[in-house]
Amino acid sequence: MQKKLLQGNVALAEAAVRAGCNCYFGYPITPQTEIMEYLAGRLPEVGGVFLQAESEIAAINMVYGAAGAGARVMTSSSGPGISLKAEGISYLAATELPCVIVNVMRAGPGLGGIQPSQADYLQATRSAGHGGYRCPVLAPSGAQEMADLTYLAFQLADQYRTPVFILADALVGQTKELVELPEFIKTLPAKPWATTGKTGRKRNVINSLYLDDNELENHNLQLLQKYEQIALSETRWEEQWCTDAQIIVVAFGFLARIAKEAVLLAREMGIKAGLFRPVTLWPFPAAALRQAVTSDRKVLVVEMNGGQMLEDVQLAVNKQVPVGFLGKVGGLPPEAREILGRIAKMAGEKIAQIS
Amino acid sequence: MHRLAERPTLLVDRAFHYCPGCTHGIIHRLVAEVLEELQLADRTIGIASVGCSVLAYEYFDLDMQQAAHGRAPAVATGIKRFLPDSVVFTYQGDGDLASIGMAEIIHAAARGEAITVIFVNNTLYGMTGGQLAPTTLLEQKSTTSPQGRKAEREGHPIKVIELLSTLAGPGFLARTAVHTPAQVLKTRKAIKEAFLAQLDKCFALVEILSTCPTNWKLSPVESVEWVEKQMLPVYPLVKLERSDDGTWLKTQL
Ligand SMILES: Cc1ncc(C[n+]2csc(CCOP(=O)(O)OP(=O)(O)O)c2C)c(N)n1
Ligand code: SF4
Repeated sequence: MQKKLLQGNVALAEAAVRAGCNCYFGYPITPQTEIMEYLAGRLPEVGGVFLQAESEIAAINMVYGAAGAGARVMTSSSGPGISLKAEGISYLAATELPCVIVNVMRAGPGLGGIQPSQADYLQATRSAGHGGYRCPVLAPSGAQEMADLTYLAFQLADQYRTPVFILADALVGQTKELVELPEFIKTLPAKPWATTGKTGRKRNVINSLYLDDNELENHNLQLLQKYEQIALSETRWEEQWCTDAQIIVVAFGFLARIAKEAVLLAREMGIKAGLFRPVTLWPFPAAALRQAVTSDRKVLVVEMNGGQMLEDVQLAVNKQVPVGFLGKVGGLPPEAREILGRIAKMAGEKIAQIS
Repeated sequence: MHRLAERPTLLVDRAFHYCPGCTHGIIHRLVAEVLEELQLADRTIGIASVGCSVLAYEYFDLDMQQAAHGRAPAVATGIKRFLPDSVVFTYQGDGDLASIGMAEIIHAAARGEAITVIFVNNTLYGMTGGQLAPTTLLEQKSTTSPQGRKAEREGHPIKVIELLSTLAGPGFLARTAVHTPAQVLKTRKAIKEAFLAQLDKCFALVEILSTCPTNWKLSPVESVEWVEKQMLPVYPLVKLERSDDGTWLKTQL
């Protein structure tokens, strides 16, 4: 198939349409607004529903309604908006309604800025809302993966009846790259549980209130079991040059590509570096990382935040090896040479040798 | 023996959890009767909100979604936009609709979403134990306005029908009561009209003055009197129907 030059946000939006997304509800916020602007024109073309809601709170509740009625539905936002959606996401998780929620991250907290950032890692991988739930979190590293992982996200959402997050940073959302778009999906899964009107069957109820302790416990245990199943079957990651590496750089999203450049530069210098990129941030590929990081190795975590994935890496390696950290919190990613500097330092090489 | 009335088929055969003298039950019944009469059950999706009526999904033999506090109009919008041929109604208390969910109701009304809103106004938060609501009357005591509501402190009661009537979106708005048999019948009629308005692709809302003997700390009989004496002067019973030229036809009820 022919490749097209597409902005990451647009690649995501078009892939959603091809994945059968027939409803979108959202509210503008930089740096993801292109998603909704694109869908405002595109969804009506394919007979879908597009609506700009009055707020992120309304948008996520429209998602809840449409998802409950059986739609393939998506919303997108950035940090401040995801905070507002938190209540609705909790309801979606509790009622096991499939949907895709995109967060193109900007720097925070508070209003922060519109610069690229990875500062919503904790918000996405723990839970944005109340009550203790989990949602799969997919982290694309470029425009191609904005398309591919969105396609996958809809599939996972329906398969596990869960909200799925796409956690992208503004670099991924805004950069234009050549993208091969996925094919249009042919058939959508049946949803016999949806509230479409009770024609010819017993009523369907979508509800997250459990006043009976046992019922509540059973419901929550069932959710926990589902999360375990997702962790077992859907953990995704990519590793390059890890087999012989002394230093393994762990990075996600666009930053993994900058880290890759640094790893290659290190290799040119004779430092055996490797790259480990979690593709699912929840479930975090802890077992795979543990396996890659044997006791004679070191780990360098690189993020555009103050050290959020760092906690997951530390848990995974369980103090068996030294873990270094390079974080940027001002909205600019570190340059490859800066990462290289840290790799070299950890390898015991002098910085001077690399310049 | 000749039966005058039977349990509506669309009400599940189980006891309500409502307090004695609470009129939520009457309103449930009326909604079920109307949907039955209009034969809409097979394409209706009801939305239970948060408040004493949170368990409404247990009572209506219909497809139901339970919504977060105040968000029912947005949930209804999502369903209705995806399934335009469905009939969607929300069932909301005054705290739910006029406080936390004020933005959602105003925007759903402004968009003219073809949904029917059953809005139960009992002037306070029933479920959480009688706190101040946006609809609480001036001088009325609540657990969070123990000296009585004062305009300077807690502001004025919000009149939802009048507020929504400034918008061009709604097609049918009514305020009714269920404290006398005659008013119950008028409410039934208004509910029916509100569903018919939805079938005509209009946003429709019926505000129903309801009782809360438990939190008003009145007997059921005193509660009915309180509706008559205290609520009616502030919340007049009225029906507003949008005519073809966009103006409201107003009927006192
Ligand atoms: C976000 C959120 N805030 C607060 C509550 C607690 N809460 C439950 S019911 C309720 C008040 C409901 O009052 P109203 O809508 O007037 O209905 P009523 O109980 O009087 O029928 C509140 C504040 C909640 N469930 N969710
Ligand atoms: S607390 Fe009030 S509104 Fe709630 S059921 Fe009891 S009487 Fe009805």
